[in-house]
Amino acid sequence: MNNTWKVINEAGLHFFGKMNASISHEIKNVLAIINENAGLLEDLSGMADQDVPVDPARLKSIAGKIQQQVHRADVIVKNMNILAHSIDEQVKKVDPGELLVFMATLSKRLASMKGISFEPVMSENSPEIVTNPFLLETMLWRCLEFVMKAAGAEKTIEVSVQPNGQGIDINFTGLKVFGEKQSPSFPGEAEHALAGALGAKIAFNAEAEKIILSLPLKMQAAEPSG
Amino acid sequence: MTNEKVLLVDDEQDFLDALGERMRARGMKVSTAASAVDAIKMADREAYDAIVLDLQMPGMDGLEALKALKDKNPDLQIILLTGHATVEKGIQAMKLGAMDLLEKPADLETLTAKIRKAQAKKMILVEKHAEERIKEIMTKKGW
Repeated sequence: MNNTWKVINEAGLHFFGKMNASISHEIKNVLAIINENAGLLEDLSGMADQDVPVDPARLKSIAGKIQQQVHRADVIVKNMNILAHSIDEQVKKVDPGELLVFMATLSKRLASMKGISFEPVMSENSPEIVTNPFLLETMLWRCLEFVMKAAGAEKTIEVSVQPNGQGIDINFTGLKVFGEKQSPSFPGEAEHALAGALGAKIAFNAEAEKIILSLPLKMQAAEPSG
Repeated sequence: MTNEKVLLVDDEQDFLDALGERMRARGMKVSTAASAVDAIKMADREAYDAIVLDLQMPGMDGLEALKALKDKNPDLQIILLTGHATVEKGIQAMKLGAMDLLEKPADLETLTAKIRKAQAKKMILVEKHAEERIKEIMTKKGW
């Protein structure tokens, strides 16, 4: 394996680990809520055993809260499953808008820790692209991770996709630090390696305070060499 | 010992509601805060026997909140709650003055035992400070 692919694989593993840590943390929060509500039901049944009247509406409300959390956990686990299966195919047809929404959902907890929200903007005429889904997810995460550090006081990053003639542009808008100076840490070695593998380009537009990730309609499949 | 005064801090409102109700049913006086910033304001106004603090919250996280609370009042007894209690986080929390660290979902009996321990520890500190003040007054007055 040459150094470029070593860097790409490390970036991929880092992304996968980060997402799994965040997902498992969120599941733990859900379990904690279910645990406390189950405990409440136990307390109420203990009261009923001692002939203390228990309001059925109260029981219904607690059951409803447990169901809400089960639904929340179901969505989290579904996303975890989608992420896990994105490694299955090296080249696949991808809807970039859908992928952006998925990535914004995956990153939501980590972003909210920093008080940041992502606003994916869908373009109706954006074409599907043929690419490596996992590498693209890794690249998008690295962009999102960086823009989280560069978000201004508004704490909102708009992420949009639009056709550019040869493929698509994914725009990350709302980066306030670029107005003063371009960060020396981005794009780094991993971003350059990923862009090379995806046939993508990263461009900065300091005036517009945005990063533009340009992707071809069809990625040329590259095999690790060495 | 009963009527421990506790501040629960977590950004998950459903968690605060359910745990708060269970603790009140066990005789504790429970207040809740959905953010670290609110918790700091509440701790400024009220004295608590224990503060149960979530480690990961939006905005100011638990460790930052722990530091801010301890800077204001080093005697505060703070129990951290976390999704994943790593050794690294645990050491960091203890260094910052946390009394204990519990993993979510927490067992209520274990949490209650820790809150009681916090209350006892706080009582010792209050008595110690009172004793120190008396000694100081006696030294100054030359009695």
